[in-house]
Amino acid sequence: MVRALRTENLKAALNERRVLRGVSLELQKGEVLGLIGPNGAGKTTLVRAVAGLIPHEGDIFIDEEPVASLDRRERARRLSYLAQGAESRWPILAERLVALGRLPHLGPFMRPGAEDDAAVQRAMERADVMAFKDRPVTRLSGGERARVMLARALAVEAPVLLVDEPTASLDPYHQLQIMEVLRGFADEGRSVIAVLHDLSLASRFCDRLALLHEGHLAAFGVPGEVLCDANLEKIYRISARRQKGERGEIVLPWARL
Amino acid sequence: MIRSNLKLNLALALLVAAAFAASIAMGRGGTFLTDAFREAYALDPETFAVILYDIRLPRALLGLFVGASLGLCGAALQGLLQNPLAEPGLIGASSGAALGAVSVFYFSLGGGMLGLPLGGIAGAALALGILYALAGRNPSLTTLILAGVAISAFAGALTSLALSLAPSPYAALEIVFWMLGSLADRSMEHVLFAAPFMVLGALIIASTARALDAYALGEDTATSLGFNPASVKARVILGTALAVGAAVAVTGVVGFIGLVVPHLVRPLVGHSPARLLLPSALAGAALTLAADIVVRLPPTGLELKLGVITALLGAPFFLYLVLKARREAAW
Repeated sequence: MVRALRTENLKAALNERRVLRGVSLELQKGEVLGLIGPNGAGKTTLVRAVAGLIPHEGDIFIDEEPVASLDRRERARRLSYLAQGAESRWPILAERLVALGRLPHLGPFMRPGAEDDAAVQRAMERADVMAFKDRPVTRLSGGERARVMLARALAVEAPVLLVDEPTASLDPYHQLQIMEVLRGFADEGRSVIAVLHDLSLASRFCDRLALLHEGHLAAFGVPGEVLCDANLEKIYRISARRQKGERGEIVLPWARL
Repeated sequence: MIRSNLKLNLALALLVAAAFAASIAMGRGGTFLTDAFREAYALDPETFAVILYDIRLPRALLGLFVGASLGLCGAALQGLLQNPLAEPGLIGASSGAALGAVSVFYFSLGGGMLGLPLGGIAGAALALGILYALAGRNPSLTTLILAGVAISAFAGALTSLALSLAPSPYAALEIVFWMLGSLADRSMEHVLFAAPFMVLGALIIASTARALDAYALGEDTATSLGFNPASVKARVILGTALAVGAAVAVTGVVGFIGLVVPHLVRPLVGHSPARLLLPSALAGAALTLAADIVVRLPPTGLELKLGVITALLGAPFFLYLVLKARREAAW
């Protein structure tokens, strides 16, 4: 297997409080890596550190190259980031918003070319937003808007996609749809890191899970191992009901401990 | 896939050209140059040339540059702050510039010809710098406006202090009139020393166009798209300080152009912050030139002040925007 991304002893602080206390993990090509853990475990901080949004200690490698050696635009071409609850401040047409994903590929006075148009088209088809490409994003429903935002992140066509709670505040249909899009993206040889709270979705759609707890990597491996009763009890402080699915496992949080 | 706004920009450029020509042709009380001065030219070509080159042309050029600067800076600030209520005047840049210029003027800080624009620029930069420090990374609507009000009030108070300590009442009156905002009775020298700063400011702002588009998705996403947020903010602040500072230093405070113009143009460019820049500059120039023609119309021979007219029209418009924003998002 080929590594797409690797962090080594990654540390980061949020409001001067240390949130990430040395996390080393790796992401393989073609893999969906689920980032799970209780609130405040450092999931978002980890994603933001990898995306280059906050200062951090420790090393991050993309394709075995240290990110510190990449300039901003190169890093933006290799790593696409979708913020939690991303919104547009202006009522931009959906297609134009998706096209913003091509900005890292445009030189200072270059206009978007045929290649950029094709990437935007592919991203919109993949996220199933072609139907409302000519509508202002602010007038779309929550599920539609979330897909447009995802299409924007896909349009970068970066080898690595970071998504922070992509399924938050979506109905079950749209949650499944988003997860399927991410799965399909990874199946083409790209890699995804997704922050998730739904353990069943994480189990079903992710190849591996990284379980964070108080800024440490508590468990890292295939979903079946990471979501064991011991981890749920110790870290989530819950017990769960389980049922084997065709792929992965239904893990239904049942009782607080 | 994406149409350019060539037609819109051409139409606005024509509008600017027409307003520019009208500004040169239109005299006080609404008399047109063509008839009255055809005779004047026949009688006295020298006076005609003086009126044209020393009075009308500088005025029209200032209207062009100042209006374009205000429109452009308004559009850029709205894009950066992701907020349709941002404007050089509302966030304190204009009053900061006025204070800077008054300080130079009044305390004879010198600097020769460049003293006034430099003072204006320093004042505007200081005001915007303080605003950023006060409002933080992603200022909310309320924080932004309150911080702007505080800065404007403080700069205004300091300006008043300078005036009340003025050695001569006539000089104080002159400053007060100057601060009301007007393009009248400015010379070609005013144009020549302010224009380079405005052009430089505009070029710096133009360099942020793509980044402003990315800012539509918030600062984090813009950063993840390869833009350096510190550099983008610094460029917008520096560009606005240069352009608005120089504009205020020669014309006084002409408010609300930077608020109204981007708002009117935005729907025509599909709400894209980058595409908004050029049409806002053009529309700002056209609106300022037009408003400057309106102030000459009263037949009494006593001109209204341009800044008074723009505030009379702009302030209710601002109120309308605030009410609209409140309906759309409770804050």
